Amino acid sequence: MGIEGIGARVARKEDKRFITGSGRYVDDMVVPGMKHAAFVRSPHAHADIKKIDVKAAQAMPGVIAVLTGKEIKADGIGNLICGWMIHSKDGTPMKMGAWSPMAVDRVRYVGDAVAIVVAETKGQARDAAEAVEVTYKEKKSVADAVEALKKGAPQLHPEADGNLIYDWEIGDSAATDAAIAKAAHVTKMHIVNNRLVPNAMEPRAALGHYDKGEDHYTCWTTSQNPHVARLVMSAFYNVAPENKLRVIAPDVGGGFGSKIFIYPEEIVCLWASKRAGVPVKWVADRTESFLTDAHGRDHVSEVQLAFDADNRMTALKVDTVANFGAYMSLFSSSVPTYLYATLLSGQYAIPAIHANVRAVYTNTAPVDAYRGAGRPEATYLLERVVETAARELGVSPAELRRKNFIREFPYQTPVIMAYDAGDYETSLEAAMKEADYAGFEKRREKAKKAGKLRGIGMSCYIEACGIAPSAAVGSLGAGVGLWESAEVRVNAVGTIEVLTGSHSHGQGHETTFSQLVADRFGVPIDSVSIVHGDTDKVQMGMGTYGSRSGAVGMSAVVKALDKVEAKAKKIAAHLMEADEGDIVIENGELKVAGTDKSVPWFQLALAAYTAHNLPGGMEPGLKEGAFYDPTNFTFPAGCYICEVEVDPDTGETEIVQFVAADDFGNIINPMIVEGQVHGGIAQGIGQALLEGAHYDPASGQLLTASYMDYTMPRADDLPSFKVSTSNTPCPGNPLGIKGCGEAGAIGSPPAVINAITNAIGNNDLAMPATAQKVWSALKAATKH
Amino acid sequence: MYSTNYHRASSVADAVKLLKKADDGKFVSGGMTLIPAMKTRLAAPSDLVDLRHVPELKGVKISGKTVTIGAATTHAEVAANAKLASVCPAICNLAAHIGDPHVRHMGTIGGSIANNDPAADYPAALLALGATIFTNKREIAADKFFTGLFETALKDDEVITAVAFTAPAKCGYAKFPNPASRYAMTGVFVAKAKDGVRVAVTGAGEDGVFRSKEIEAALSKKFDASALEGVSVSAGTLMSDIHANAEYRANLVVVMAKRAVASANG
Amino acid sequence: MSQVEMVVNGRKVSGTVEDRTLLVHYLREHLGMTGTHVGCDTSQCGACVVHMDGKAVKSCSILAAQASGSDIVTIEGLANGADLHPVQAAFREHHGLQCGFCTPGMIMAATDMIARHPEGLDEKTVRAELEGNICRCTGYHNIVKAILAASKAMGKAGKGKTKKAA
Repeated sequence: MGIEGIGARVARKEDKRFITGSGRYVDDMVVPGMKHAAFVRSPHAHADIKKIDVKAAQAMPGVIAVLTGKEIKADGIGNLICGWMIHSKDGTPMKMGAWSPMAVDRVRYVGDAVAIVVAETKGQARDAAEAVEVTYKEKKSVADAVEALKKGAPQLHPEADGNLIYDWEIGDSAATDAAIAKAAHVTKMHIVNNRLVPNAMEPRAALGHYDKGEDHYTCWTTSQNPHVARLVMSAFYNVAPENKLRVIAPDVGGGFGSKIFIYPEEIVCLWASKRAGVPVKWVADRTESFLTDAHGRDHVSEVQLAFDADNRMTALKVDTVANFGAYMSLFSSSVPTYLYATLLSGQYAIPAIHANVRAVYTNTAPVDAYRGAGRPEATYLLERVVETAARELGVSPAELRRKNFIREFPYQTPVIMAYDAGDYETSLEAAMKEADYAGFEKRREKAKKAGKLRGIGMSCYIEACGIAPSAAVGSLGAGVGLWESAEVRVNAVGTIEVLTGSHSHGQGHETTFSQLVADRFGVPIDSVSIVHGDTDKVQMGMGTYGSRSGAVGMSAVVKALDKVEAKAKKIAAHLMEADEGDIVIENGELKVAGTDKSVPWFQLALAAYTAHNLPGGMEPGLKEGAFYDPTNFTFPAGCYICEVEVDPDTGETEIVQFVAADDFGNIINPMIVEGQVHGGIAQGIGQALLEGAHYDPASGQLLTASYMDYTMPRADDLPSFKVSTSNTPCPGNPLGIKGCGEAGAIGSPPAVINAITNAIGNNDLAMPATAQKVWSALKAATKH
Repeated sequence: MYSTNYHRASSVADAVKLLKKADDGKFVSGGMTLIPAMKTRLAAPSDLVDLRHVPELKGVKISGKTVTIGAATTHAEVAANAKLASVCPAICNLAAHIGDPHVRHMGTIGGSIANNDPAADYPAALLALGATIFTNKREIAADKFFTGLFETALKDDEVITAVAFTAPAKCGYAKFPNPASRYAMTGVFVAKAKDGVRVAVTGAGEDGVFRSKEIEAALSKKFDASALEGVSVSAGTLMSDIHANAEYRANLVVVMAKRAVASANG
Repeated sequence: MSQVEMVVNGRKVSGTVEDRTLLVHYLREHLGMTGTHVGCDTSQCGACVVHMDGKAVKSCSILAAQASGSDIVTIEGLANGADLHPVQAAFREHHGLQCGFCTPGMIMAATDMIARHPEGLDEKTVRAELEGNICRCTGYHNIVKAILAASKAMGKAGKGKTKKAA
């Protein structure tokens, strides 16, 4: 692997700028003549806009322009779209209501954009935004998805009768019902997956710059996928044709899904830049982020898991209501369907599965993918019901899982997914050993003496990463292909630029992608530059989400490297008068195997560009591009074990041990992979113990709209984690890697809740398991 | 933040003069609550009169059991004062757990009690310690000082200069922080002095900090956590919010009281 | 408007600012030092932490006018030329950062923490002392590791020296 090659624990190249305060985030960008924007936002969850009077605001100091939804509509800017078509079980297409970048006649959630003010300073823009007089006629609102489905609930969009976007199903309903009817045991649960706010530490921002001379737009934006942003803004929102629109996502301070989607503010800033004749920058404050970033999760489900007399799973039946918020965000429709229900088989051989999902409009912020997107919801539901079943059946949770593990691959589940490879037993054993599962009862006794209730819980997750192949997702309704592109440019002096459509916002691509090159050509990673995040530099790409940069993005780089290597070998063979098949690349040299003949890498590169002596007919230069479209999803899986101590006096939970054993296939940089797992676990523990977006049911106001009320996991809420990996290679891509970005967030919530419910002896506990909830559940348990 | 006019006071008299000239001025000390409130446009003083550089407001004085803490003394300074810790460790411990290290470097005792946030820590301490609040005009007993949510007995142009108390024989503080804000969701300060036991509760009351008669009665009999076994407090006047309902807070009052007593008894 | 004067990373600076200008905005927008970040409105995330007169403070909750006359050190002023501060080096070595947004505040908090604990640090103390800094990427695991390592390294290097780190 070399000290900088595949598998090496290389310190990150990008860190140098971040630890010295030299990172370049959107809010750090300054363009000559740049002005500042503030949005006027709806204070109501649901209201008709009767009148907007901007006169007073326009007269405020420093104000350059005040623009509204009517004007953006008049200029032909299109509505925001959801890019994944889902059909209901009756065959009808999903019911998408109109989402104007700024509301024209109706607001549907608190924070809905109504107007933009552009002024000399941010302070002046905000002062003037308050002076915009909007006359609203308030309407009844609904924040809860189950309530929104009820007769008589307030209606959000004329297109969606009864607020129902789709009523979708997967699997064999009749077979599932039949298996449940003759089951020896059925475990039934009501499972709520709490709504989360992603909270990347960098708030969203956009800087729109219209260049009149060139009739060209540039948008700096906090995006995980600048090319998709350009495509969507061009093809659907009519901002500008693609060749007249450059989108740059520079350093981006975390995404976790929330920066995949194209938001109104980016569109409006670009458009306003032309209308106002100045570059326009908008930066969200944290409360604006809480109100308007796409939220995650928010499912309410009923689940039944059936067993035969031998404790083998025979059927799983799921009925889920998914809250979509006020508008359909870019990939919202795919989350509770193809990213959720297709994973309901988990690691288990379950012959019959049926899931029904209803997607519902409510007067809340739009809901879309957040770290894990659908897979955490599936895992939480399944792993809680499995653990609860083990308790009901009186068998060990590990044994019940073991008995039902899938052991032969490939395995076709009843819910579309075909698992290519896996070894669940290995992860389970590794986790149990690391956690000293066998010694738990002793620890429980010891804790009891100290007045604490100790519990242990387990979760065996599977996920699907890579979000591909294009033809498959296309047949399921995706509006885009989900391949990735790469270009490898070897410069005449031998340094190398790798252009990728993947985007790094914390994942460390500048390091890991460079490692691929170092591994291949034996050059130092410092001679490799990774170029990403700019549509003028990289031709096309699909961006980073769904743990796809490794499995898909890196595979594209590998394909391009293959081509570069092939050409380099041809040139080397020609220069050294050897057979092409005898050329090997080692330590930065191209050698003729078994001889002492060699050409250093830099000399080879120079030869390619001087072109004085190339094989006949060969084009000069050394630059190759590739697109990679995978053949399947990848299927990382693992086992997480959480051990907690509950203080019976207060209900407070302390996580005393957290063990993660993941199978990610081959690994490029273990240090970075571990970091991804740590972060994912923290978000999973956050969901389980601390975090929850809470809308007031009567007013539709978001009550958790700042860090005063929304509990972010802090250092003292978490333990150090014990993480390890096993490495069953993925057969579906050239590197054999699976993806690791979301696993932590997927596997951990059920492990935590299973541990707490084990400690308190009450399975009826919802996330976030705050101290009060645990205290109440404990009281309820002791009453019985 | 709305526009405001900043003034730096050099003395208490100067501060009062500056404030009188303002339309709707406010004193600012550490600013750890006021500046964030202004940022979110929840507070909009026309003028800010900065007390941070007034020398006479700073410092901790200890004479025998009498402790005087200058109003502009930061939480970090209170927390780290070894002499104070030798007479009243509970107050140092309390200060060491207000906000976070950065907030403690700026936030002051005067600013905290003048704001009287219903979830702030100091009000519980001062009430339980039977402290006296000194202003540029008068002395106010803690019992009379905290008058409601974010309300105090202070007049507009009145500046807190110091707080003083007699260190009791024993005292202790325990809080259960709100998981998000880290303010007290319930905090209980217990003090056993010559004239009896005083117990003050913050973070839990609908009207801000209050004395718990039930707990005082129990601890007066025996100043020990065991005296609180089976004691319950009424949830009637306690706060309910998205983080904790009144019933849970009532439980926390008793649990925190037990822990505070245990800490007082060391 | 207020006239402000301060020393930032050893350099004397002055300017005229609106009285409502926060220290963080003065640093970022007037001085062009964008290493200090803003991640929340409520003084909790700590992305804005700088040192004022040798103490870690939240520059988003202090007016530039309040800070006038003081000595400020930001993330840009921590390294000694090309030599990284031991805390910076430890964050890189131990992968204590991912997206980098909270990192400047984390590092400034960590240097302050280490300076206040010359006796050394343990994991529990580090976690408690990080109450005012939020990270969404790392789960804190490697941040804690980095701070413990830096504290140890600085303890060794600092033996016999009185010079305070940053």
